[in-house]
Amino acid sequence: MKKLLLICLAFVFIPGMVNAAGSMNLDEYIEGMDVKTSDAKSLQRGARNFFNYCSGCHTLQYMRYNQIADDLGITEDQLMKNLIFTESAPQNLVKNNMLKEDGDRWFGKAPPDLTLVTRRKSSEYVYGFLNSFYEDSSSPTGVNNHVQDASSMPNVLWDIQERFSDEQYSQFLNDTVGFLVYAGEPIIEKRKSMGVWVIGFLLIFLVLSYALYKDIWREVK
Amino acid sequence: MAKNTESIFTNPILRWIDDRFPLSSLIKDHATEYYASKNFNIWYLFGVLSMVVLVIMLLTGFFLTMNYKPSTEDAFNSVEYIMRSVENGWLIRYMHSTGASFFFIVIYLHMFRAMLYGSYKKPRELIWVLGMLLYFCLMAEAFFGYLLPWGNMSYWAGQVIVNLFGYIPFIGESLTEWIRGDYFISDITLNRFFAFHVIFLPLSIIGLVAAHILALHHVGSNNPDGVEIKEHLDENDKPIDGVAFHPFHTSKDLVGITVFLIFYFAAVFFAPEMGGYFLEVDNFEPADPLKTPEHIVPSWYFTPYYAILRAVPNAALGALFLVLAVLLFVFLPWLDKCEVKSIRYRGWQYKFALALFSISFVALGYLGLQPATGIYVALARFFTITYFAFFLLMPFYTKLEKTKTVPERVVYEKKES
Repeated sequence: MKKLLLICLAFVFIPGMVNAAGSMNLDEYIEGMDVKTSDAKSLQRGARNFFNYCSGCHTLQYMRYNQIADDLGITEDQLMKNLIFTESAPQNLVKNNMLKEDGDRWFGKAPPDLTLVTRRKSSEYVYGFLNSFYEDSSSPTGVNNHVQDASSMPNVLWDIQERFSDEQYSQFLNDTVGFLVYAGEPIIEKRKSMGVWVIGFLLIFLVLSYALYKDIWREVK
Repeated sequence: MAKNTESIFTNPILRWIDDRFPLSSLIKDHATEYYASKNFNIWYLFGVLSMVVLVIMLLTGFFLTMNYKPSTEDAFNSVEYIMRSVENGWLIRYMHSTGASFFFIVIYLHMFRAMLYGSYKKPRELIWVLGMLLYFCLMAEAFFGYLLPWGNMSYWAGQVIVNLFGYIPFIGESLTEWIRGDYFISDITLNRFFAFHVIFLPLSIIGLVAAHILALHHVGSNNPDGVEIKEHLDENDKPIDGVAFHPFHTSKDLVGITVFLIFYFAAVFFAPEMGGYFLEVDNFEPADPLKTPEHIVPSWYFTPYYAILRAVPNAALGALFLVLAVLLFVFLPWLDKCEVKSIRYRGWQYKFALALFSISFVALGYLGLQPATGIYVALARFFTITYFAFFLLMPFYTKLEKTKTVPERVVYEKKES
């Protein structure tokens, strides 16, 4: 009987035991993590970081440049000047010029598309990954990663990691990861704000429908 | 049935229709003069809630098909297109994906209600059988729909389930080929699953729902006391303990529907992934035949059966047990030998058995999500045995029950407020 009880208890708690992303010891690498998708300035900085440091190799193939501009309050002029480094038009999907075969040849495995990376692997994973490179002379890139062992990605952030204070670097990561969370689900903020209105409406409707029910059932003895 | 053909309308257009179509008598037979017990409790909500979810699924599904493309090249992209570029496409898609899980939540509770109050017993056996056919259609509908986003888990879970048919002796191999239309899950498979998902099964479900409700209204609804309200009529031949479906039950249901929608939309807007249970993380990458997910798990609503499949050491036998586990529900009306319907007046044997069965079902659901190793397999075996014992021993333990006296009429005490 105790076993049964334990199982029941376990079932109550499973929603907490989530995420198949593989629970390596992420915790120590995400201490400074504080991602805010509601902060437009942070998302703008994140977009800048992404296009400057990531977009050479990684794409956002389900995302359009001008949607990013619209959502984050960036003008088309700023978009063309600061974010689009290819020949692309603003209405195009965010791709780059790296061919998959080249990527495979250069890195062993072509750099993956990042549109849905935070939904596939969790934002904690991405933050921890970017925060846990260490020098490893046995690796072809000279670095290895605590979160994703034997990752074929070099540490492209090494120079800012050296220049930035810890605090600045965590802000850099929070902005970048925040932007990727946004890219994974561009309507994430709209969804939550609309949800508040919908639930609010339903709560008012609940009061009314309950009053109606009580009124109609008054005659039932 | 046509006992009362008088028109309920004064409006001339509606009267014109009434002269040519049984509108008034339909409304009377199924709403304003359909009497159901006044002592319905919360368990009696889940039938109407499954209708609500069905409507949500049909409407959102209809809009999804406007932008979804059933091909291996485009399926995944078109879903992301719906999420990003279609006006409110994200809302339609989340309502559909969340609706799938809520459908099973309300259906399982609806089935549990029938088991609590003996709603499957004479004269309602056929309602139960039709309900089970609906459940099978719903499972098929969910399975076919699950492949459509063409995510990696869609692909591999589809693979596992289609391969189950391969365990059927002699014809298994060719049967799986016939289902897929190919040697592996391919574009052809995706296309035909789409056809099943948007045409064949929705139509079957709508037809079966109509039959389910017609049969119900023919014999009348059960109630938490399991007494027939038709046996006590007033001077107008109406059940004394019944109230008209409309406006009484409809007004009560409206409150329940609103509460349900609060839960449902809370999930849609604030937790559409539900921690990986409503939208699996592996499905955020496109199907890849070369990349098997670490744990292939079907959707949570299938995991009790998945746990049974894996609990049996022999794969073919496991598949057989899985089918039996689903099918046995159909025979409940004939396995249950107790005369008393409601759990309120039944003996401890059934109460204990039903409690153990419920725990087994939930536990198996949990175990189906875990890796099939060590203690998990041992537990899954234990609960598989208790699951089957509930059905197979039922003819024996229900005969031993010492039942309480069932009241003549339903118990109803009006709460003063």
